[in-house]
Amino acid sequence: MTEIRLDAQLVDYLLIALYFVFVLGVGIYAKRGVSNSIEFFLSGRSLPAWVTGLAFISANLGAVEVMGMSANGAQYGYPTFHYFWIGAVPAMLFLGVVMMPFYYGSKVRSVPEFMRMRFGTGAHLVNALSFALAQILIAGVNLYLLGTIVNRLLGWPMWLGLVVAAAIVLAYITLGGLSAAIYNEVLQFFVIVAALLPLTLIGLHKVGGWQGMLDRVRGDEIGGAEQLNAWPGTDLSGFQNPVLSVVGIVLGLGFVLSFGYWTTNFVEVQRAMASKDITAARMTPIIGAFPKMFVPFIVIIPGMIAAVLVGELAEYKRVYAEQGEAAAGATGVTYNDSLLLLMRDVLPNGLLGVAIAGLLAAFMAGMAANISAFNTVLSYDIWQQYIQKDKPDEFYLKVGRWATVAACIIAIFSALIAANFSNLMDYLQTLFGFFNAPLFATFLLGMFWKRATPTAGWVGLVAGTLSAVFVFVLAETGVLNLPGQGAAFVAAATAFVVDIVLMVVVSLVTRPKPVAELKGLVYSETPKADLVDPDEKDLPVWRRPVPMAGLALVLVVVLNIAFA
Amino acid sequence: MSETNDAPGAHVEKVGGFDIRNFIGVLIGIYGLVLLVWGLFFFDDVEAGKTGGVNANLWAGIGMLVFAAAFVLWSRLRPLKILVAENEAGAEAPKDIAPTD
Repeated sequence: MTEIRLDAQLVDYLLIALYFVFVLGVGIYAKRGVSNSIEFFLSGRSLPAWVTGLAFISANLGAVEVMGMSANGAQYGYPTFHYFWIGAVPAMLFLGVVMMPFYYGSKVRSVPEFMRMRFGTGAHLVNALSFALAQILIAGVNLYLLGTIVNRLLGWPMWLGLVVAAAIVLAYITLGGLSAAIYNEVLQFFVIVAALLPLTLIGLHKVGGWQGMLDRVRGDEIGGAEQLNAWPGTDLSGFQNPVLSVVGIVLGLGFVLSFGYWTTNFVEVQRAMASKDITAARMTPIIGAFPKMFVPFIVIIPGMIAAVLVGELAEYKRVYAEQGEAAAGATGVTYNDSLLLLMRDVLPNGLLGVAIAGLLAAFMAGMAANISAFNTVLSYDIWQQYIQKDKPDEFYLKVGRWATVAACIIAIFSALIAANFSNLMDYLQTLFGFFNAPLFATFLLGMFWKRATPTAGWVGLVAGTLSAVFVFVLAETGVLNLPGQGAAFVAAATAFVVDIVLMVVVSLVTRPKPVAELKGLVYSETPKADLVDPDEKDLPVWRRPVPMAGLALVLVVVLNIAFA
Repeated sequence: MSETNDAPGAHVEKVGGFDIRNFIGVLIGIYGLVLLVWGLFFFDDVEAGKTGGVNANLWAGIGMLVFAAAFVLWSRLRPLKILVAENEAGAEAPKDIAPTD
């Protein structure tokens, strides 16, 4: 194994420490409740639209985006753009234009709550359990990345890095770092841009500019020019047939995975629902879509540069292509290291500190958010509902605190699962296929079809998840041969279809809920007046959701064509 | 929100130091300053070798300082105002904070 070490010096550590002073400072100050302005920002109500828009995308600008997308960029090149331009951006626009009015106008405030009110306890329990499990597994991904950075900085062994990182996250939650969420999210966005933009520019400078990068990537004799065309993306999807590949990307990645992720991710949706009116709520994801469509240039491009500029990674990629993943493991690096390797090679001390601060902040905040979502679901949706009812509030707070500690410990083990994947995007997309795809199907049908019955709710979720796991096992055992992320796309699409079909069949033979109980839960039973903002037409064009969403859509189509 | 407007003792405050724009501006500004100093005084051949000859700290530092100044200036020129009203003793929260439109 070669050792990868980031040569951080005092100045870098100072810049990293400064970040934590800022964020923890606000957290501690907020707990004492002395500043009206902190309270205003933390309450999340009626914030300026650009703040909620950035917080909205920053909440997932952590492990998934930064490390996963650069790893993907290093491995596949341009096809990775689909995660943004077919996946996230259209999904965010759909959320703003179609879904948000319904969320805002109805009584829906969280996914488990929707499941309980719409389908009753069966679907609620299944959803709560699978959500809790998903959060722990994703917390493991964030923890693994944190541990990797500790390992690269200090050279400590992985297990020690994981334990230390888990302890740091626990301290961060306890010290009130999480309560400074909105500051942290917006700040994190700028720090990450401040780190990745210079990294990208210096990287480009070193490979001889944009043209130089194109030439080097085209001539790498591994992926070659395939990596410079986003479509049809056969390496990414694993389908040899280009038509199937396009269909797989649009339906699997675009529709099921991305629409599912963004429309059922209430951690993020709630950022928007705190807005002062329905128009502001709709604008949040739409404003977020604009910076979001340019994020790939500072995460995917550095990954591609790393794959041609960093010797170890180029070697890894060559062995990976010629002898497979197992043999490539002997080089001591993986695609997940792309960004860290590029940082090591091109960033001077100083900028290196800014970059490490940005990454640490993102993973820590990401893991803290997973853990806190886990403990909320565990103490209120599971413990209070199904284990010990009618206890005083303090009791559930105590359960929550123990859940936090337990989650940090379990995350150390789920991090070891994440460590087995040489490209974290494969793992994350697999998880989303298991959990988000069936949820999205159940959610859609529950929302738009009033006939869907309580039994159908939980049957659909269970069968959807099981079918995704089944496809995953088929792919792992080699029965189904889809290299790239195709297996995850197929698993997600299967889960979605199985969920819908079973729900329809079961609904037709079981008894639906009385229509009177569905007001605010099903589209057709919700008064139309709740879904529109009467003042919207008086606003200037740039503050209205539909025209701005249209503009974003045009831009994203242009980007898709320009990099096709 | 209309109750808040009518509440006795409500007063308008500027958001001030903890305006998120100042917060961003100050942190990025300090980063920029440190990088600028590092770029000016500690730029050597090792770093030049890493970056391909560009004094990256210097340029990134300047960029960050400009950005930081713009954010602080923005919050000065267009301050956010909030309406703060003290609640009666025993209320759920000690005060109500609402934006002014």
